[in-house]
Amino acid sequence: MDWQALWLSVRLAAMVSTILLVISLPLAHWLTFSRRRWKFLIESLVSLPLVLPPTVLGFYLLLSLGSQSPIGRWWMSVTGHGLAFTFESLVIASVFYSLPFAVQPIAAAFAQVDGTLHEASATLGASTLRTFTRVTIPLSIQGIVAGLVLSFAHTIGEFGVVLMVGGNLPGVTRTISIAIYDHVQALQYDEANATALLLLAFSFVVLLVVYGLRRRPWAAAALS
Amino acid sequence: MGARYLMLIAGCVLVLTPKAMVAQRAALAVAAASDLQAVMPELAGRFERDTGISATVSFGSSGNFFAQLQNGAPYDVFFSADVDYPKRLIADGHAEADTLYEYAAGHLVLWTRADSGIDIRRGLEVLTDPRVQRIAIANPNFAPYGRAAAAALRHEQLYDRVMTKLVLGENIAQTAQFAQTGNAQVALISLSLALGPALKSGTHVEIPTTFYPPVRQAAVVLTAAKDKTSARLLLTYLRRPAVGQLLRSFGFNVPGAAL
Repeated sequence: MDWQALWLSVRLAAMVSTILLVISLPLAHWLTFSRRRWKFLIESLVSLPLVLPPTVLGFYLLLSLGSQSPIGRWWMSVTGHGLAFTFESLVIASVFYSLPFAVQPIAAAFAQVDGTLHEASATLGASTLRTFTRVTIPLSIQGIVAGLVLSFAHTIGEFGVVLMVGGNLPGVTRTISIAIYDHVQALQYDEANATALLLLAFSFVVLLVVYGLRRRPWAAAALS
Repeated sequence: MGARYLMLIAGCVLVLTPKAMVAQRAALAVAAASDLQAVMPELAGRFERDTGISATVSFGSSGNFFAQLQNGAPYDVFFSADVDYPKRLIADGHAEADTLYEYAAGHLVLWTRADSGIDIRRGLEVLTDPRVQRIAIANPNFAPYGRAAAAALRHEQLYDRVMTKLVLGENIAQTAQFAQTGNAQVALISLSLALGPALKSGTHVEIPTTFYPPVRQAAVVLTAAKDKTSARLLLTYLRRPAVGQLLRSFGFNVPGAAL
């Protein structure tokens, strides 16, 4: 079992889902309640990773991270080393790639909140922010947890982008899915099997949590 | 109504079938090591011109193809960058022993972009230069040129000193691409790729062949091949002097041919 790779994937996923939580709460709020006519444009952009092959993202990342690109050169001048083949590059790639998995469940949960509660809160003098933190978020906790869990799990399972821009560095970019691929390539089927089984069990548990949450609404329990 | 649909379908079948069937009969499915990426289009083109048999080539790491072929991947011919894989396929009954042909030996080179500012004429020693932050090699666990690269670094007692700079490509073509995009400053790749059109703009130096065990290239016809006659024909074709010359022009060392 490749514990170093597993730990790396867990660290990556934890960091990515935390960043995504911070991004997704305001973004989902805007997507749910905004009346802008060009909202569909942002909705489409956010959902793009759902349909885009990882190779497309991997290809553009590879070009934009290199020493020939403005981003690559800027990063080089700030940190003194290239951006490709670093943990940071995987975080950036994964935030893009898991964005819809966080935003969509959260936005769906926001949309389900009874609109009259928002009006009541506003009538009682609460600001938009206060209504958001004290009414909308507590009533959407189920969707927020689902978004967190799904983006965490999706990052753990990421493969294509990491294969293209990772460079397979132990402890830096050799994630668990890359480790499985390596074992298979090197014909070490027993090791591949042990790691793959663990991921299989993990993914199943994640989905149990997501669907279990749907079955027993926490929000109702919290209000009573 | 039903009859009309039937006729429509029959019409489609008539129009579409002949082409598909001809294509299926003639195209050889070839699995080729990535170091052949530059020379294979030319080789396949000449083969088709001379024999009328077309070949569809897939590129990848030899180790990856080996795993796939062991599990029944539908290829007719396998070009491996390491003679060991075809030999193991033969031992397991997945390839035909009498067809095994070692067509060339590959050379390892150090490659860099022309604008990288790194003077690779200094040889492998340049890898310890602080400006060289990333060195791309193919994964030694399953890619033959990766094994050669690791052996050369060990031979020069550089492996431990540059280990933290190494990034591993999934095959030799991805390794080249890491350096070609400037994400790695240098790469240890095959001469055959360095001489190809995509990398010609860079510079390369050959690593002395005494630094690493020879990268012995071999082709074999697979037991599961659909069209064994054509597959064997391709293996015979490889022995032609003109093909040897073509391979040599892409930096391969061809057996039995004087330089």
